Amino acid sequence: MTETIINFILFAMLISTAFAIVRMTSLFAVIMLASVFSLLTALLFVTLDAVDVAFTEAAVGAGISTVLMLGTMALTARHAKPQTQSNAIPFLVVCVTGAALIYGTMDMPNFGDPNAPAQVHVAPEYLERSIEEIDVPNVVTAILASYRGYDTLGETAVVFAAGIGVLLLLSGLARRRKEDEEEGDI
Amino acid sequence: MHHHHLILRVVTKLLAGTIILYALYVQFHGDFSPGGGFQAGVIMAVAFILYGIVFGLVAVQQVFPPWLVHKLVALGVLIYAGTGVYAMMLGYEFLDYGAFDPGHPSHGQHNGILAVELGVGVTVTGVMIAIYYAFAGRAPRISDEDW
Repeated sequence: MTETIINFILFAMLISTAFAIVRMTSLFAVIMLASVFSLLTALLFVTLDAVDVAFTEAAVGAGISTVLMLGTMALTARHAKPQTQSNAIPFLVVCVTGAALIYGTMDMPNFGDPNAPAQVHVAPEYLERSIEEIDVPNVVTAILASYRGYDTLGETAVVFAAGIGVLLLLSGLARRRKEDEEEGDI
Repeated sequence: MHHHHLILRVVTKLLAGTIILYALYVQFHGDFSPGGGFQAGVIMAVAFILYGIVFGLVAVQQVFPPWLVHKLVALGVLIYAGTGVYAMMLGYEFLDYGAFDPGHPSHGQHNGILAVELGVGVTVTGVMIAIYYAFAGRAPRISDEDW
């Protein structure tokens, strides 16, 4: 019961943060509210007992993303451009997508259903065998690094590729701009 | 400029070391408590990003030069994949950590998990700091030699 109330409060705060983000034009405030949004999501994960995910959300979503967004803002503008077009079409698209998503949840198992596919497939096996086979108290780590070692290697490669991509894009631009300036000097 | 933000500078100096210590705790205690390489890497990067925000990009790049950051980005993936290849060289399957202690497979698993988590942590630290350098370096431009 307490958990339900906490969840309701958190979701209400989440929705009001989202509305505030949509309504604001000051990008600094928007970035800070996006950080708040991430922290609230992290709290929701905590109430679901998914502390590892909550930890990641708090560190990446609320921490690093905010810094990177602020860095981007420092390079661009401080305020959103005033809107010139009508809201009708975006609103329609959002409503249709939202309705489709809600329709999609009809087929999903109930919240906390012990017979949900996610609970009966490999999860019980991992929970049963991990103490004997891997002997690591945190099952999340055992699954992430050992049973699903290939996936995590792939994730690390994705992080690597993303970093290299950003470096290539930004350093290439800096060089081009410098060359342009040198030409301008002559 | 160096005379502004006295409180921020003092607090940052106190916090940076603590954050790094916490990152190491999350990194190497991931078997027992929430966390692991991904989270530890981000927290480690945050320590340097905080230092960079308060003391400027030049100061943080003296502590953690860009060439080293870029090496770390690749080194982490190498550590991870290398762990798998090492297991293969011992006659086991790729990423089968049982190879590291055949008499006591769960010990091997512990060592293997520590190694791959370290790889994840190193890459994530490198990527996060590299992206921050790339963004922060754009406003007052840094020389091409640093790349």
